[in-house]
Amino acid sequence: MNALDSIFISALHWLAGLAPAPVRPLVSMLLIIAGLMAAFGTCFALATILERKTLGRMQNRFGPNRVGPFGLFQPLADGIKMLIKEDIVPFSADKTLHFLAPLALTAPVWMAFAVLPFGRNMSAIELDAGILFFFAIGSASELAVFMAGWSSQNKYSLVGAMRAIAQMISYEVPLVLAAVPVLMAAGSLSLPDIVQAQSGVALGWVPRWNIFTPWGLAGFALFFIAATAESNRCPFDLPEGESELIAGYLTEYSGFKYALFFLGEYLGLFAVAGLAVTLFLGGWQAPARWLEWFPSWGWFAAKFSALIFLFIWVRATLPRLRLDQLLNFAWKFLVPLALINLFAAAVWWKLPAAMAIRWLLCAGLLAVPYVWLGRHWNGVTPKRRHYGYAQ
Amino acid sequence: MLGRGILRGLMETWRNFQGSYYDPARLTTVQYPEEKLPPLENARTIPFLIYDGEDPLAGLRCTACSICAVECPAHCIEIVKDTAKKPDYLGRMQFHPKVFNIDMAVCMECGICAEVCPFDSIKMDRVFELSRDGRRMVLQMRDLAKPNHYFRQIHPTEAAAVDAARAEEQRKAQAKKAASSVPAAS
Repeated sequence: MNALDSIFISALHWLAGLAPAPVRPLVSMLLIIAGLMAAFGTCFALATILERKTLGRMQNRFGPNRVGPFGLFQPLADGIKMLIKEDIVPFSADKTLHFLAPLALTAPVWMAFAVLPFGRNMSAIELDAGILFFFAIGSASELAVFMAGWSSQNKYSLVGAMRAIAQMISYEVPLVLAAVPVLMAAGSLSLPDIVQAQSGVALGWVPRWNIFTPWGLAGFALFFIAATAESNRCPFDLPEGESELIAGYLTEYSGFKYALFFLGEYLGLFAVAGLAVTLFLGGWQAPARWLEWFPSWGWFAAKFSALIFLFIWVRATLPRLRLDQLLNFAWKFLVPLALINLFAAAVWWKLPAAMAIRWLLCAGLLAVPYVWLGRHWNGVTPKRRHYGYAQ
Repeated sequence: MLGRGILRGLMETWRNFQGSYYDPARLTTVQYPEEKLPPLENARTIPFLIYDGEDPLAGLRCTACSICAVECPAHCIEIVKDTAKKPDYLGRMQFHPKVFNIDMAVCMECGICAEVCPFDSIKMDRVFELSRDGRRMVLQMRDLAKPNHYFRQIHPTEAAAVDAARAEEQRKAQAKKAASSVPAAS
């Protein structure tokens, strides 16, 4: 393609070409790792400041705006503060585990970025079972969370960790189930193949992204909700619900270890948002042919940023759930809907491609259970609410 | 539970977000040290003593009657009476304070002293940026004394009423004096 599109690949080839031939693959891999870490490290710094500013704007206030122009140096100040803070380890804590937990959380999260295609031919390793690798790596964070909770020797840490485990295991089911129809559609577990399967347009102008099908839209919603819970974000951030649990499994962490937990959490969010872009939003594909002058990695970044904004927007809007609501919501609402979505996707692919009928049938298959489950999943039919203060 | 409330909430936060860039009602924060809201007239912080005329200590209205010190729930006022008497604004001979201290660490800014003062001498101030260099916890008479025009400036309504009442009293006293001096002259 054009030079701008492959600028990172050319840069990589040029830099790796400077190294002697025997170590060239190693150097190239290290360069990719350094690039990814730099890119998403910057992303993390930017996300913290932009999230705080956006949250502020949504709550009728300025966010941080004191450090540097528009407060943009705030992450720097935060970083320095975190680095020079005292690192407190509780007297009765299991010192080794307490030290290892933040590392065990952050390291696998970095590995998840290895399989994401950030642009045309731009994934660090092209695994045939990339999505499987992603989910396997993603579930390693549960171990780290429980390490943190257990080793702190603190009841709040432990209860927070138990909650986090319950939540993560529960929401991993709808997360994976929501992704399965996409795999069915693409017929592959490899993420570049999944992106490739979403190329082209239907009806002359609608891109063939999965989100523009009924099962894709439902799958995206389910995936988004489950991803919010997986990355412990509002409204599912009750493992660290400060009103009940101080800070959950983070209670006994301070200084840079605390920052590492935050880094891990944000990177997990980025990884899962990148996966959502890949699975449902067409990955790095441009929405139309005439927009392909914009580089593919630029499209990925744009969709990725929009998704992160959506996460922040939801966080600014919704209050925290209760634990029983959270688990009931996963098992009684998301999991059945994800299974029904699987069935609807199967129906979609069995029907002939006459658009209208396929659309209506598939949408009906999803809408009827949605309404029914939405009204009755709790066992009680809710009264009509009056939002007196929201109007 | 079909998510309609969630969508409505999302719309509200969205309106806040984009409104915060052009609609002042959607961005109500006042960035305090640079921007300040006009202070409310009835706001009150610590007490101060009013003086008339030019000299703060000579013009104090306080007569060292100690009602405020007695009524103060926190007992933060300390008054020592001077031995000499001076004429007040009506010409009556009154005591004056030699020492008038308010312990700022104890004062809870309730305003009872200002309410019980029969001489309109102690009133509530409106200063609030008190944490600065050279700050003292016990304010003495010299720190507490502030001119009457300052009182008129911070609490215009109350000051106008006080001034009117005092002028009326002064007029009556002068009329009485004139009435009593006229027969003496004739």
